[in-house]
Amino acid sequence: MNTSIKSWRNIPQARLAVWTLIAGEFVVFGGLIVMYILNRLKYESWGEMAQHTNVIAGTINTLVLLTSSYFVVKAHEAAIHKNKEKVKMWIWFTIICALLFLGIKSYEYTHEIMHGFTLPGKHLLAEGKHVETMYWSFYYTMTGLHGLHVIGGALALFFVMRHATKTGKDYHRLEAAGLYWHMVDIIWIFLFPLIYLIH
Amino acid sequence: MNTHKKHGFWHRFFFSLDHKDIGFQYMLTIFLMVSIGGFFAYVFRMHLAYPDMKVPLFGLVTNKDYNMLITNHGLIMMMWLALGMLLAVAGNFLIPIMIGTDDMAFPKLNKISYWFFLISVILMIASFFMKRGGFGGGWTMYPPLSVGDFGYNTPYKSFADRFFTANTFVLLAITFEFISLLMGGINFFVTTLNKRAKGMTLTRMPMTVWMINIASVLFMFSVGPLIAGAFMLLLDINVGTGFYDAYRGGDPLLWEHLFWFFGHPEVYVILLPPLGFLADIISNNSRKPLYGYRFILNLTLIAAILSMMVWAHHQFVSGIDPRAATIFSIFTIIISLPFAGIILAYIATIWKGNLRLSLPMKWALGSVTLFTLIGGFTGLYLGAAVFDIYAHNTSFVVAHFHYTLFPTVIFGSYAAFYYWFNKFTGKELNKFWGNVHFWLTFIFFNGFAFPLFLLGLAGQQRRIADYRQFEFLMQDPLPLYRKIATISAVILILSQFIFIINFFWSMKKGKKVSSENPWQSNTLEWQTSSPPPHGNFETYPVVYHGPYEYNHPDREKDFLPQNEK
Repeated sequence: MNTSIKSWRNIPQARLAVWTLIAGEFVVFGGLIVMYILNRLKYESWGEMAQHTNVIAGTINTLVLLTSSYFVVKAHEAAIHKNKEKVKMWIWFTIICALLFLGIKSYEYTHEIMHGFTLPGKHLLAEGKHVETMYWSFYYTMTGLHGLHVIGGALALFFVMRHATKTGKDYHRLEAAGLYWHMVDIIWIFLFPLIYLIH
Repeated sequence: MNTHKKHGFWHRFFFSLDHKDIGFQYMLTIFLMVSIGGFFAYVFRMHLAYPDMKVPLFGLVTNKDYNMLITNHGLIMMMWLALGMLLAVAGNFLIPIMIGTDDMAFPKLNKISYWFFLISVILMIASFFMKRGGFGGGWTMYPPLSVGDFGYNTPYKSFADRFFTANTFVLLAITFEFISLLMGGINFFVTTLNKRAKGMTLTRMPMTVWMINIASVLFMFSVGPLIAGAFMLLLDINVGTGFYDAYRGGDPLLWEHLFWFFGHPEVYVILLPPLGFLADIISNNSRKPLYGYRFILNLTLIAAILSMMVWAHHQFVSGIDPRAATIFSIFTIIISLPFAGIILAYIATIWKGNLRLSLPMKWALGSVTLFTLIGGFTGLYLGAAVFDIYAHNTSFVVAHFHYTLFPTVIFGSYAAFYYWFNKFTGKELNKFWGNVHFWLTFIFFNGFAFPLFLLGLAGQQRRIADYRQFEFLMQDPLPLYRKIATISAVILILSQFIFIINFFWSMKKGKKVSSENPWQSNTLEWQTSSPPPHGNFETYPVVYHGPYEYNHPDREKDFLPQNEK
């Protein structure tokens, strides 16, 4: 009798589960992105609306997320060597990047809301721009949902890192959390040109 | 491993991590939901046959009540009974033990899945008690009906005013349930890929395990867009966006596409697990190897892929392009081919077997017969746009989907209950009452659903609270058909109590099983004690064969367990 054996096959369970989760997440965002693209093709006036987004802030955010992905890779590398201090450092860098991303995003949101581009878009509606309100609805839904994933991913990284550094085991979980973090990053790579760049 | 101490009520029902306990928790929760759904069905069927009658236990049914009743009956039966019973309950009970392991890959995640499921049930029940009454926009939740009493152009008062409505709660409940099933699905998938016993190759797995897994993956790939869509509908209701508002360039049809892009694969999500049970039960009770294991498997995969391309056949009258309608008609008719193949393989399994007409076999045969001959066959008619345009939104469609869903979900689940009850409780169900239950259910299900075909062909629309406003629907013999349907439905619902009583009575006081393997089955769950201990197996089994080695000519016994050389 052997109760300690969790698996007869040597696939790391966490990695397999996260890949499955990522497939599921891609269908959720894929659905949203397809809906957005179809509407975008239908309504040319959305191009004008896209000009009101802050492309510079978006670009900086893209860079921040890409850099954070690099940090996660470094953290994973450190985790393979079970280097506690380095794991801690690189994960904290990643989390700081996530916070920076969220900060810049909220700056953008504030700016846009101040200009009357809100989620339901009442100002636009009052101006008779019905169709354009939908652009902002999609903008907030997509980036908002992505933002939730950023928060979720950062929390996952934090808890996995704390568990691993405190107990000195389960370092392999960092790889799984890291995979999820890359997914968050890649989704942004899709959202950024679709929302900000195409005028 | 039997040293594991027995836990108290709270531990067993709230905090246990054991897959069998969690399965049991799901099962009890679903029994609660089904009772509600069945009660609703009883009330509105009574109202349809006897419009002025004060329905016992409910009272007079107003039009608003009627909408609420049919909506929630549909939602509960589709989302909580069908998906819950066939993915969550079946997956939890059967997957770990059938592949020969101790538990799920992630027991804690499994527990969390159940908690999410429980939250979804609470939200759903809470939605009945909102100030404006239960949700009455149809189980498909098409906007603008599902946007609520407000419509799109009512001024926005306060957030609480919109949040505490049945619409919001139902959408939240469904979202929670989907998240729960997604987590469950990931767990099943990883468990199956990673924790199989030694020697259990993928093609030595019992069909049930395959089918639940394919269904979970299919669920995962079809539900994503609807989760995004439900999020958008929530924003429409609560924040005032216009994703489905035609005035603002949104499109109500978009919801229909998102809903049915999930909704049609969902039909197969809930068809596949019962097909898995049937494969195991039919092969076991025919004492013959399952005909064409790989053949069935390939056909299932083909059907799973095709099922993602047929969704718009629910929208033939929603104003889609006729050219698209033709394509969807063709795909819909093509998808019946793999299922015909699977059913033929089952019939070939029965062919010249040593049939044992045990209770699970009766349910299995009933399921195959009704599903194929009536449910699937009328599906061919409805799949063709030319016919569907006339029959759409009539009772014909209601009869059709009850003939597809009832034989698979209900008959399939009962087949599984009667088959695996012995294993998980160590007791036997009462055979006499089991037979009574089967025959009452079989006869009165037909008595309820068949008249709906005739009513539908006579032009009776769905979702009408009172048919007296249509003179042509009050001509003889149509009211009589409605009464036959109603009386049969009531007896059908009442006869389920036989099962419930039999189930709980046998669990407490039933006869102890005479052997660990009463069905003389090959699969691994029968090679351990009944009920299985915490951790399922005393020693982990090693697998040498496929699961269907019955009546091997070189063997004395007519079966050969998977873990015997």
